[in-house]
Amino acid sequence: MATTGTVHQTKWWSGGKSPFNLEYGKLMMWYFLMSDAFTFGAFLISYGSIRFSQNFWPDPNVVFNAFPGAGHANLPLAFVSVMTFILIVSSVTMVLAVHAGHKGDKKGVIKWMWWTILGGLAFLGCQAWEWHHLITGEHAVLVDGKIEMIGQTMTGNPWGNIVEDNTALTAALNTTSHETLVHLAHEFPKEGTATSIEALEKMSNAQLSGMVDVAHAHIREKGPVAFGGYFYGITGFHGFHVFSGVIINIVMLIMTQKNVFANRGHYLMIEKAGLYWHFVDLVWVFVFLCFYLI
Amino acid sequence: MKSSFHGTEAKQKNMSEAINVQHGAAHVEHHDAHSHGHHKETFVSKYIFSMDHKTIAKQFLITGIIWAIVGGLFSVLFRLQLGYPGQSFPILETFFGNWAKGGQIQPEFYYALITMHGTVLVFFVLTAGLSGTFANFLIPLQIGARDMASPFLNMLSYWFFFLASVVMISSLFISTGPASGGWTVYPPLSALGQASSGSKLGMDLWIVSMALFVVSSLLGGLNYISTILNLRTKGMSMTRMPLTIWALFFTAVLGVLSFPVLLSGLILLLFDRNLGTSFYLSDIVVNGEILANEGGSAILFQHLFWFLGHPEVYIILLPAMGMVSEILSVNSRKPIFGYMAMLGSLFAITILAFLVWAHHMFVTGLNPFLGSIFVLLTLLIAVPSAIKVFNWLTTLWRGNIRFTPATLFAIGFVSLFISGGLTGIFLGNSTIDIHLHDTMFVVAHFHIVMGVASMFGMFAGIYHWFPKMFGRYLNSTLGYIHFWVTMIGSYLIFWPMHYQGLAGIPRRYLDKRGWVSFNDFPELDKMITIVSIIVFAVQLMFVFNFFYSIFKGRKVTNPNPWGANTLEWTTPLRPGHGNWDGEIPEVHRWAYDYGKDGREFIPQTEPIGENESKH
Repeated sequence: MATTGTVHQTKWWSGGKSPFNLEYGKLMMWYFLMSDAFTFGAFLISYGSIRFSQNFWPDPNVVFNAFPGAGHANLPLAFVSVMTFILIVSSVTMVLAVHAGHKGDKKGVIKWMWWTILGGLAFLGCQAWEWHHLITGEHAVLVDGKIEMIGQTMTGNPWGNIVEDNTALTAALNTTSHETLVHLAHEFPKEGTATSIEALEKMSNAQLSGMVDVAHAHIREKGPVAFGGYFYGITGFHGFHVFSGVIINIVMLIMTQKNVFANRGHYLMIEKAGLYWHFVDLVWVFVFLCFYLI
Repeated sequence: MKSSFHGTEAKQKNMSEAINVQHGAAHVEHHDAHSHGHHKETFVSKYIFSMDHKTIAKQFLITGIIWAIVGGLFSVLFRLQLGYPGQSFPILETFFGNWAKGGQIQPEFYYALITMHGTVLVFFVLTAGLSGTFANFLIPLQIGARDMASPFLNMLSYWFFFLASVVMISSLFISTGPASGGWTVYPPLSALGQASSGSKLGMDLWIVSMALFVVSSLLGGLNYISTILNLRTKGMSMTRMPLTIWALFFTAVLGVLSFPVLLSGLILLLFDRNLGTSFYLSDIVVNGEILANEGGSAILFQHLFWFLGHPEVYIILLPAMGMVSEILSVNSRKPIFGYMAMLGSLFAITILAFLVWAHHMFVTGLNPFLGSIFVLLTLLIAVPSAIKVFNWLTTLWRGNIRFTPATLFAIGFVSLFISGGLTGIFLGNSTIDIHLHDTMFVVAHFHIVMGVASMFGMFAGIYHWFPKMFGRYLNSTLGYIHFWVTMIGSYLIFWPMHYQGLAGIPRRYLDKRGWVSFNDFPELDKMITIVSIIVFAVQLMFVFNFFYSIFKGRKVTNPNPWGANTLEWTTPLRPGHGNWDGEIPEVHRWAYDYGKDGREFIPQTEPIGENESKH
């Protein structure tokens, strides 16, 4: 322990050197991340305050139950688990890139940065699919005495309570549009009335109304609009962070390939990009928790 | 450090690399500093896209001054309306056309004026103009650094501020006018274009401008923090730093942690305005039309806004406090009284600043139990504030005071901070706030304690550091006139407003003649208006003094004109980029050895003598 003394004599806080033994850029990154954490914190706390002021909130198991290529199979949270897994794996590959950087292993850095970028792009692709699916996937909703087909948007939410009152639903069929009736009669026909869409389109509204099995159509009330606003707002803001992280990682990759860091003698920039990437990952964990799990 | 007890070799290598990086950067700049005489700089790289922290500070200052003239002029205009309601001033129509039809300020124009006055003064003058200027100028000079940690981000910080300014200015010239729902831009007024003409395009521009401003403040703040922590010269331990630097450090921390929350709030507001979401909107009828928005909460915006809004008060106030501490100590030729207490109270204020925001919302229907907690936390701020006030007074006590304009403004700051702070105790009580909220009492309180006091801090800083900035002095005679007229004028303007407020007169009213109960003080309002015109004229005189002295002021010949201890006075008269010609000086003592052992002042660079007494 002879050298312990010298270590104690290093007065990190008395000027002339960095007190945290950190390069300034890394320090800046840490403070930036704290700042950004407050941005996300404000969003998530706003979301929480509005969510818990509502009487009803959609069940994530119902909203997020689709999987690409799986048709109408009910797979609650399966897809978002894949997304989360991809993002976490990309954090692992980032760690490996940083580790390769420590060893001055340019090839390793390039390899793992590629995987990290791919992971980021894959996550963004998944998010695009999920948004597209939610926005375009239309669901039957009882609004003002008629049934409408609406998607999950910033201003509309089809995930309210299931309407149990079958007489009200049957009455509502009378004022429902032809297009919606065709859809309902096709998807939820009464026993023995299943026909092709083409045949249904030629029928009158009255005929169609008689063919819809309202008891099994899972027709819902409108849900709280705040759901869509916060969901798209916050996952979008997070997605924007992932996107900018991918851009940063691409810049880092190009700089590595051009030997900028090799000439500099260290791969600190990879480490700083890594800090940002892990932060974006960590934020996702909270977004995942608040929107999908609770 | 060759031991392997404290980590693997790789880790140590990495650690020393990190340090090399930092010092490597310093060496490069060092080299620049040596050759700056020979090295050619173009006009653009020296004065416009400059990365020299001193030039960037001057850019912030001059932009801030321009904004202060604009914002001040706005207040004169709406004071005309308040002092002389119904009277016609044809010249207003000449300049403002339809906004002042028949020479009378129109209601939309009046609300645009008060909104823009608040926005401009709070953000563009007292945030960017004050901490942008002095953090940039003083941090590297007083801690002994060649420049900021990242001169490039620092330059970007100014240019984002410039862009924010351009967007905000442009909103003044569109046909529907600038934002006019008050500087706090509460929804639903700010969220619905159909609510008022100022809620149309002007409001979008306001949001965009403020978003750019947040980016500027973030880039600046990150730089200030990492410069103070990482780039201090040898011997400049944290507790040897001048209080200016401590104040600017806490200011930067406040900004970095509170502005993002405003940004979140504004993004949601932008969505409500343009994407049809309902974050802040619910159950609204405009002109008989029932809006589809439901489920949002206007109060949510107030929480998000004031989570920045309250720390913002201290973002404005702390730099002024730091500079006043420094200026009072230098000019009373005495050590600052209670350095550690000053530091502790700055820290306490920083923490408490985040915990009191709901005292702006006592009458929103806030749970009274929650209100009582915010009352307690709010009144707690009186403790560090009082500590600071007593320390300033005891620093002055029996000092050998030199009444320079900077000293006078610093003393003026203390006076205003006391006066305005005391009325804060009234407003911090939720029960008294039921009577006083939204009255002229509030206007009087925050103008004195935060607005005018911080302006005084800024003036003190400008008079004190002008010789370092431009190598010339400001004219002192004009400085004395400036001080006395502003000091007396400020009290004449704002003191009577307390009485108006206690009598129940609401703020933001265009014309009080229609209400018998509010129409008690027309003569007082006239007096306030006349004084504010005089005070505004004197500020123009200061602006003249400022620009005249840059070119024609008395030249500084003594590199340390105030006999101060801090490092900025060890640089050459007109320091180039890199600040010191040779090595950066080493620091051996704190910044406040004034009148010690029979010596008037002992600079921080002087080693501790053998027989020196302890401070």
